[in-house]
Amino acid sequence: MSEGVEERATTGALGADGPADLAAEPLRVDGLEKQFGGITAVDGATFGVERGTLTGLIGPNGAGKSTTFNLVTGVHRPDAGQVTFAGEDITGMDPHRIARKGLVRTFQIARELGGMTVMENMMLAPQRQSGEALWRSVTPGLRPRVRREESDLVEQVWDTLDFFDIEHLAEEEAGGLSGGQRKLLELARALLTDPDVLLLDEPFAGVNPTLERRLLDQIHALRERGYTFLLVEHDMDLIMEQCEHVIVMHQGRILTQGSPAEVRSNEAVVEAYLGGEV
Amino acid sequence: MSTTSGLVGRIADADLTYVLAMLAGVYALYLAAGLALGFDARGLLNSVAVVTFYVAVFAMLALALNLHWGYTGLFNIGVVGFMAVGIYTMALVSKPVLGSGGSAAQVGGLGLPIWVGMIAGMAAAALLGLVVALPALRLRADYLAIVTIAMSEIVRFTLLSRTFQSFGLFGRTVGLGGGSGLILDFQSPLAALVGTLGLEGAYAGLVGLVGTVVAQNPRAVVDQFVYGLLLLVFVAGFYWLLKRAGESPFGRVLKAIREDEQVAGALGKDTDRFKIKSFMLGCALMGLVGVLWFMPQGAITPNTYRPRLTFFVWIALIIGGAGSNTGSVLGGGVFAALLFQGPLYFKNLVDRAVDISNAPGSFGPAVAPLLGAGDPVPFLLYTVDSVRQLQLVLMGVVLIVLMHRRPEGLLGHREETAATVPLTRRVAGEDDEPESQATAADGGQR
Ligand SMILES: Nc1ncnc2c1ncn2[C@@H]1O[C@H](COP(=O)(O)OP(=O)(O)OP(=O)(O)O)[C@@H](O)[C@H]1O
Ligand SMILES: [Mg+2]
Repeated sequence: MSEGVEERATTGALGADGPADLAAEPLRVDGLEKQFGGITAVDGATFGVERGTLTGLIGPNGAGKSTTFNLVTGVHRPDAGQVTFAGEDITGMDPHRIARKGLVRTFQIARELGGMTVMENMMLAPQRQSGEALWRSVTPGLRPRVRREESDLVEQVWDTLDFFDIEHLAEEEAGGLSGGQRKLLELARALLTDPDVLLLDEPFAGVNPTLERRLLDQIHALRERGYTFLLVEHDMDLIMEQCEHVIVMHQGRILTQGSPAEVRSNEAVVEAYLGGEV
Repeated sequence: MSTTSGLVGRIADADLTYVLAMLAGVYALYLAAGLALGFDARGLLNSVAVVTFYVAVFAMLALALNLHWGYTGLFNIGVVGFMAVGIYTMALVSKPVLGSGGSAAQVGGLGLPIWVGMIAGMAAAALLGLVVALPALRLRADYLAIVTIAMSEIVRFTLLSRTFQSFGLFGRTVGLGGGSGLILDFQSPLAALVGTLGLEGAYAGLVGLVGTVVAQNPRAVVDQFVYGLLLLVFVAGFYWLLKRAGESPFGRVLKAIREDEQVAGALGKDTDRFKIKSFMLGCALMGLVGVLWFMPQGAITPNTYRPRLTFFVWIALIIGGAGSNTGSVLGGGVFAALLFQGPLYFKNLVDRAVDISNAPGSFGPAVAPLLGAGDPVPFLLYTVDSVRQLQLVLMGVVLIVLMHRRPEGLLGHREETAATVPLTRRVAGEDDEPESQATAADGGQR
């Protein structure tokens, strides 16, 4: 039964129209810098994320990973440097415009919309909803079209909820979810925006291992169809096993990047981050 | 199939039941009080008409504020400013041209029809909302609060100022009248409406009918009554509009902004645009209520539009429970009937039972017997006699009790789901599925 659900979710709910035909390197970051008061959070970060990959971004606490996400997605304006998405300079663009272009992020600390139900949270995500125009939602002759559109979305959303194992929470207020359930909701919601590139900030923190595996399978399935993922994660084994490409940050700088094997053999990384473990 | 069952569903709607029950309760209370006060038919009709009026205006104001605060999380404490701009603009547009009639007015207007004035009033309030919102909406929520209350006082001072007392506009001498206000010397809006609809005959018949129970000047009673009913129709209109706006993808984005604006942005929603739309719509509606409330009053003066009116609307919204349109209507009604109009009725009631004309004139003589001889009567009389002044205290007490006992408002924690369709799972195997998918497919072409 779970097979069937998974099948439906993969083919129906997520990425129904496939990723946009992006360049080989949809996301590129050049010399990104950001200071907060005296702290240099990001210090000349330069890296690219290749299309159809699962790229890992690792580094110790405070290395500047989340700040990099904030700079890329327009939450903060970089002091210097450039962010390029699908060949377009998006540096300093408003977050909603960046999201609309297909570059979507999740937050490290799950930010559910607490006063709305899980279902409302999810229904918010799909892009280009015609009913978001006030006049279309209000005018008698136009509302039926909005309703049709919404009934179809409802089905999609239910499938996605099934996939994330949170369908029993659909009617609950999101504010009442557990920590792990919030992370799931956040990830599910981000996927429903149908992004081309997804930036995930520690998406599996607090998620149970079985579900984590299924989510990773789903990510790989989408990746094979051309979707691109950049993943912040502290679980070394997971990163080394799952990612094609790993970027290591330390004190705001990119320490090294390459295949998991290359990164593992880099002495600086071993020293700065991996310690004696490897 | 769906139309008939939908209609029945709507009529049997629990929400409508709440509202009707509230109205019935208010009327029962007022009629009972009226009978206890020994009102005649005229008095009874009048008291019901007056309370209907206030129930309606506060329900509409609470609905508009609910769009701002309950839905979008916009902290507007300048409600009264938008009302003032609404009615003053309407007056400016619809007052007769100076010198055209036998009116004693100091300044004239543009002499345009009343409905043009109403639309102009709404537009002006919405524009003021835009001007206020543009700089403030991008800042933190509390800045909007500061800006709106400052705006409402600036509006009042502008209305009071001699500079705008009278000026030229399109070759006419118009003005805001300064401290002495404006005389609303246009045709009675009700008469204008009845005339436009060609119902003069029917209306005269109604007046004649009422004349059989109300001997003197039945027309005034009927006017007041019909105007109150008309306002209830406007309440229904507000409710209809805001319910549709709220229960839609548009309303969903507003709620998301209220909960966490950054998340809405991260999901691709242009939050500034949504906030401005929501704010302007709410302001336009507040402007309209300003018009509807003060248009039939004969004259307006700037000092009516003090911040306390704004706070009344907030109390109404809090009573009803922010976030729910039905709650807003209930809150507006309960506030108007019990806290706004109620104390005066209570005083009259007591006045009738015990003669309070010999109540002490100040606080000292009122408490002295209580402390000295343990005689509470002078103090109680004094309290009842000062009920108008104590109204605000009463409102404060009610607010505090509500915050403790029922912080989510009358209906408890209640919000209408922000979607045009039920968000429940479709029953498996329902046969209309292929059809709806086909229609969606062509609707999906953009
Ligand atoms: N909004 C902010 N204001 C001030 N300082 C900030 C802000 N955001 C981040 N910083 C600082 O920037 C540095 C990098 O923080 P960041 O959150 O990017 O680290 P991180 O790599 O995501 O760490 P973690 O693995 O713990 O999530 C930290 O020293 C942090 O204190
Ligand atoms: Mg982080």
